[in-house]
Amino acid sequence: MSVVPGPSSSLRHEAVSFAGVVERNWYLIKRYGWWELAFFFWSLANTLTIVFIAKGIKAAGGQIDVNRATTTLLIGAVIWSFLGLVFEFMTETVAWERWEGTIEYTFMAPIRRPVHLAGVGIFAVLYGVLRSAVLFVVIALMFGLHMPDANFLAAAIVLAIASISFMGIGTMTSVLPLISPEKGAQLGFIAQGTLLVISGVYYPVSVLPGWMQWLSTISPATYALRGIRHAILDGAGITSLWGDIWPLIIIGVIAFPLGVWIFKQGEIYAKKHGKLKRSG
Amino acid sequence: MFAVEVDNLRKEFFRRDAARTHMRKRRRRVAALEDVTFTMERGECLAILGQNGSGKSTLVRLLSTLLLPDGGTATIFGHDVVRDSRSVQRLVNRVSVEASFFKKMSSEENLSYAARFYGMGPTETREKIPRILSRVGFPRDRKHEGMEHLSRGMQQKVALARALLTSPVLLLLDEPTTGLDPRSKLEVQDFIREVRRTHDATILLCTHDLQEAEILADRIGILDRGRLIALASADELKERYKADTLEDAFFSATGRSFEEEDEDAERGVFA
Repeated sequence: MSVVPGPSSSLRHEAVSFAGVVERNWYLIKRYGWWELAFFFWSLANTLTIVFIAKGIKAAGGQIDVNRATTTLLIGAVIWSFLGLVFEFMTETVAWERWEGTIEYTFMAPIRRPVHLAGVGIFAVLYGVLRSAVLFVVIALMFGLHMPDANFLAAAIVLAIASISFMGIGTMTSVLPLISPEKGAQLGFIAQGTLLVISGVYYPVSVLPGWMQWLSTISPATYALRGIRHAILDGAGITSLWGDIWPLIIIGVIAFPLGVWIFKQGEIYAKKHGKLKRSG
Repeated sequence: MFAVEVDNLRKEFFRRDAARTHMRKRRRRVAALEDVTFTMERGECLAILGQNGSGKSTLVRLLSTLLLPDGGTATIFGHDVVRDSRSVQRLVNRVSVEASFFKKMSSEENLSYAARFYGMGPTETREKIPRILSRVGFPRDRKHEGMEHLSRGMQQKVALARALLTSPVLLLLDEPTTGLDPRSKLEVQDFIREVRRTHDATILLCTHDLQEAEILADRIGILDRGRLIALASADELKERYKADTLEDAFFSATGRSFEEEDEDAERGVFA
């Protein structure tokens, strides 16, 4: 007679495990509440340095629509902050657990890796959306920005679809601390930095050299930024944003399973070479 | 069916030498476990004795699916640890020398997190966690305190609670009392005895505490430099090596005293 629970309880098991990852991250956010507040102020200061550029150009005699340029830069800075948060959470999945020593208990538990990683990713996205929304509102109020045509619902839908791709890329980078406990987490910044350069965070991708423009077509951030700007600045609806939405769906469908596959390969490597151990 | 069946299990790690050849540091294979073979009956407590670096933790990690073997097989209640790792994971839990928790989180939060991975929902854990914490002698009024504020002995009790919460049929104890003060050590040992009495668990206890092995285990295995060189009851080992104490038997079997560090203790990160 088998002592292993049957498959009938499997779906419930996965749902409970998924909720457990989300719940764990919530506990940690609560316990590190003051640090979260400090990081929020860092994001605020960082965003302000970007957003003031529009006023600076005007002050230097440039002819620009300050409200539009400031909103464009604000969207770029907020999405950049959102991306940073998602990648940081996902990379920390491994790095933090190695540091605490809990990684062995997590990796010996009967949880499917895609469920585990999706739990981390969903929490990162939800928390990222919340923090980015607060950041957006605070700076928009500080600058007295007017967005009379904004279609925030359409912008939120574009961000939600793009988040699947961001979770996929985050999953790919989260494998790095499995391979190198000391430097892996920092290597995640390479992916983040590359997206910053090629995706038109602060400038249109049309100013990039040809080969970089080609790279921008495979970056989900390119479509996310373009779609969200179009929705907020011009009030575009889902129908007119379709040109940005369908590439995001395709990239998302490829990126998350690919990320999980890469992570699995990293896990196999770690189990072969004894890398699943406490570090720190 | 055996609870645990290990057949010619082998694990090697690469070790970088300080010496360089052609500007590159040499790497050499070091065996952490060499052709280890044994079986365990359901409900049995088997102690594996060995010095630091003998391969005890490697064995525990292989059985708990945290390492992939380089040769041989290991099955837990008929489930292969490599091919059927998820089934094995549902059956096994472990307590290691380091308690390993999210230090800012409370014992209750850490236990909830661990329990979710084994399919236990909030209703179940709300009822089970206080019960199991009180069973290991953890003070009820401290369950909301961060783990970082708890003593080492207290943390180890929570680690035991974490392992038992998931009702494992195979409990892997990797030096669970190392570094504990005498009182905490006795409490943990009493609890292991209680688990054996009340819980249908098979226990693999890796330790370098000879007395602990003798009082808790049905049989004792001696692991030396990755090889299981003896496996019998304490009395049989003493008789086989014509020794008055288990320590003398260990000395006769390995040719070294128990306190001597294995000169190749750094053979592998998990040894």
